[in-house]
Amino acid sequence: MAYAAGVDVGSTQTKAIILNENRQIISRSLIDTGANVVLAAENAYAEALKARNLDEREVEYIVGTGYGRYKVTFGDTQITEISCHGRGAVHMFPGTRTVVDMGGQDTKAIRVSPTGEILDFCMNDKCAAGTGRFLGAAAAALEIPLGELGQVALQAEKAVKISTTCTVFAESEVVSWLGKGKKIEDILLGVHQSIVSRSLGLMRRVGIEPEVTFTGGVTRNVGVVTVLNEMLGFPVNVGEESHYMGALGAALFAMDRIMAGRVPVDGN
Amino acid sequence: MSDGQTTDSIVGRGNRDGAQLFRDWFENMTHAPERSEKSAYVFVMGSIAEILRVFDFHTVFPEINSLQTAVRRVAHEYLNIAEDYGYSPDICGYVKADVAMQLQGGKHPMGRIPKPDIAVYTNACNTYIKWAEIWERMYHIPIFTLDVPGTRQHLGQTWPGHPDFEEDKKYVAAQLKELIATCEEVSGKKFDIDKLREIMTHANAMSRAWKRLLALNTNTPSVFNAVTDGTVYLGMANGFRGTAAGAKYFNEAVEEMEYKVAHKIGTLHDEKYRLIFVGVPCYPIFRRFNEMFAEWGGAFVSSTYLWFASGGTNLGVEYDVNRPLDSLAEGVLISVRHAMDSMFFQHQTLIDMVKPFRVDGVVYHPIKSCRTVSTGLADNRRSLLEACDVGSLFIESDMMDKRVVSEAQLKNRIDAFFEGLATRKQMAGGR
Repeated sequence: MAYAAGVDVGSTQTKAIILNENRQIISRSLIDTGANVVLAAENAYAEALKARNLDEREVEYIVGTGYGRYKVTFGDTQITEISCHGRGAVHMFPGTRTVVDMGGQDTKAIRVSPTGEILDFCMNDKCAAGTGRFLGAAAAALEIPLGELGQVALQAEKAVKISTTCTVFAESEVVSWLGKGKKIEDILLGVHQSIVSRSLGLMRRVGIEPEVTFTGGVTRNVGVVTVLNEMLGFPVNVGEESHYMGALGAALFAMDRIMAGRVPVDGN
Repeated sequence: MSDGQTTDSIVGRGNRDGAQLFRDWFENMTHAPERSEKSAYVFVMGSIAEILRVFDFHTVFPEINSLQTAVRRVAHEYLNIAEDYGYSPDICGYVKADVAMQLQGGKHPMGRIPKPDIAVYTNACNTYIKWAEIWERMYHIPIFTLDVPGTRQHLGQTWPGHPDFEEDKKYVAAQLKELIATCEEVSGKKFDIDKLREIMTHANAMSRAWKRLLALNTNTPSVFNAVTDGTVYLGMANGFRGTAAGAKYFNEAVEEMEYKVAHKIGTLHDEKYRLIFVGVPCYPIFRRFNEMFAEWGGAFVSSTYLWFASGGTNLGVEYDVNRPLDSLAEGVLISVRHAMDSMFFQHQTLIDMVKPFRVDGVVYHPIKSCRTVSTGLADNRRSLLEACDVGSLFIESDMMDKRVVSEAQLKNRIDAFFEGLATRKQMAGGR
C-alpha cells in the first residue's frame, strides 16, 4: 500500500494529511505554526504519522503547500495552496465550481473546472482585511474566545454596520460601538457580515458559480458559514475536512505523482 | 570568424551597447550646463524629439530618470524626500522621485540631471500636465502641452484621408508650429527644415527596425525578453530617437535577433510558456520579478509597455520627408494615439496577438502609483478571457515604491498561475 502526504504550512496553523492509494484520509493533524516554520511542518507531519503508527518510509511522496511550503524541507515538491484548495474541494465536493478559502491572513476566491483545474483566482491584497485575522482582532477586543465568536454572533437581533474591514482598525471600531451601548452579539454579527461581504467581492471577481465550497480555518466559525449562506442565497459546501482542504489537495497531488510514476505536474 | 566567435560578438550586443550608450547619454546630460547647452524635459508618450533636436536641446526623460532610481534600488530615498516635502504616498512615484531629485539639484545615481529650459509633453498621461506645472513653478520655464486627439471609442480610429483624421491632423500641425516658435525663442536658434528632414530620416529607420524587432518574437523560442531586454530597447527608442546612433542601434538589434532566430537561440534554455506582459514593470525588484517567471520556463514575448512607452512608435509609422511638418503631424497623431490606445483599448490588440505569438498566458500588472495605466485592466482581462482560451494572471505591485511590493505574495500568485498553465497544457495534450 502506497501512502501520500500533504503538509499545509499556513500563517496561523499547520495541517498534515496522509492518504492511502484509494485517496482516503487515513490520518491528519493540526498544530499552531508558531515562529519556527520548519519545526511546525516537521511536527505536524510527525503527529499524522504517529496517529496511524506509520513509518515515514511508508510515505512515498510528500507535497508541501501554504505560505511555508518551501519550509517543508522533507517534502518532495511544493504546490501553491491555491491549486491545493481547488483540488481538495473538487475531491470532497465534486460539484464544486467556486472555492472560497478563508485563512489566517489570506482570503481567496478560486474558480475551478469539473476536474479541479484552476480557471481563475483572486486574493485579498497585501493586508489582512477580511481574513481570519480580522475575526481574531474582534475576538480580542470583545474578550470572547475565538471558537465561540460565531455562536455569539448568531444570537444577534440587529447587526451593527461595521464600516472597516481593516484588521488594525477593527478593534477601535468595535470598542467605539461598545461605547455607544451596542450589544456585543449585534456588533459581532456586523463583524461577520463585514468579512463575508469582503470575500463575496473577491468571489464576484472570478465569477460565482455554484456549487461553492468553503475551505480554510474560518470554516470552523458557524457564524461566517451562516452569513455566507445568507448573502449568497444558497448553502455552501462545508464539512469536517474543510479546514484541512489545502493539505488534502497537496496529498492528492502527491498521490497523483505516485500513481503517474512521479511525473511532476510541470512536466519536468 | 568561427560561428562561436560570431555568437559571442552578436548575441547580447543590444544589451551591451544599450547600456554603454545610456551611460554616455547620462554623462552627456551631466555636462550639458557647463557647455551652456539647453535641455528639454519630455516624456515617453510623445517626446516630439524630432522638433527638439532641430534646436539641439538635450531631451531629458524624467520617467527614465525616476525608474533608474528604482532599478538601482535607491528610489525609496527619493520618495521619502518628496513625501517629507509634502507629496502624498498615493501619487505617481515617478513624479515624487523627480521632485526629490530637483530638490537635490539634479543628484541622480547615473549622473547629474540638468535643469529644464523648456518642458514639452502630450496629453497621453494626465499627470504629465501637472508634473510640468511643478517645473514651471520651480524654474519659471515655458511649458508646452501638445494636445493629441485620442480614440473616441473602441475601434473608432480614423486614418489619413478620412475627414475626421484630417481635421485632427490640422489641429496637431497648428500646435507643432506653435512649438517651433517657442523653441526658437527658448533656444535662440532658427528653425532649419532640412535638419528636421535629416532627423526624421533617422527616426524612420528606427521605427522600421523597431517594428521588425517586435515581430521577430513571434518565433519560437522567443529571441528577446519583452520585459527585461524590452526596457533597454525602450530607453534607446526614447533617448536616441531621431539620431544616427539610435537608427544604427536598432538596425543592429534586428541583425542580432535575426541571427538568434536563424540559430534558434532563445532567451531561456527551455521556453515552456509564452507570455504577454500588460502594464509597467516592477522596477524595485526588476530582475527578481522576471526570474519568478523564468524559473517556470515563462518567457515574455511581448508587452503593452513596449507600445505605449515607446510613444506608439512600435507601429512603425514612417514620415514623408518631402512634406515634413504635415507628415510629422500625421505621424505624431497616429503614434501618440496608439500609445493611448495601448493603455485604454489594448484588449483587441492582445486578442489579435494570441495566435501569431502562440501565447499561453497574459500577465496583467496594475501598479499602485499609476492609475492611468492600471485603471480598466480588470475589465480588459475579462474581455480577453471571453474571447480567448488563454491563462491570465492579475498581480499588483508598483514601478517605484518597494513598500507596496510583496515578493512572497507575488511569488505565490505567479506559482499558482504556472500550476494552472501546466494543468492546461497537460489537459490539452490529453485531448
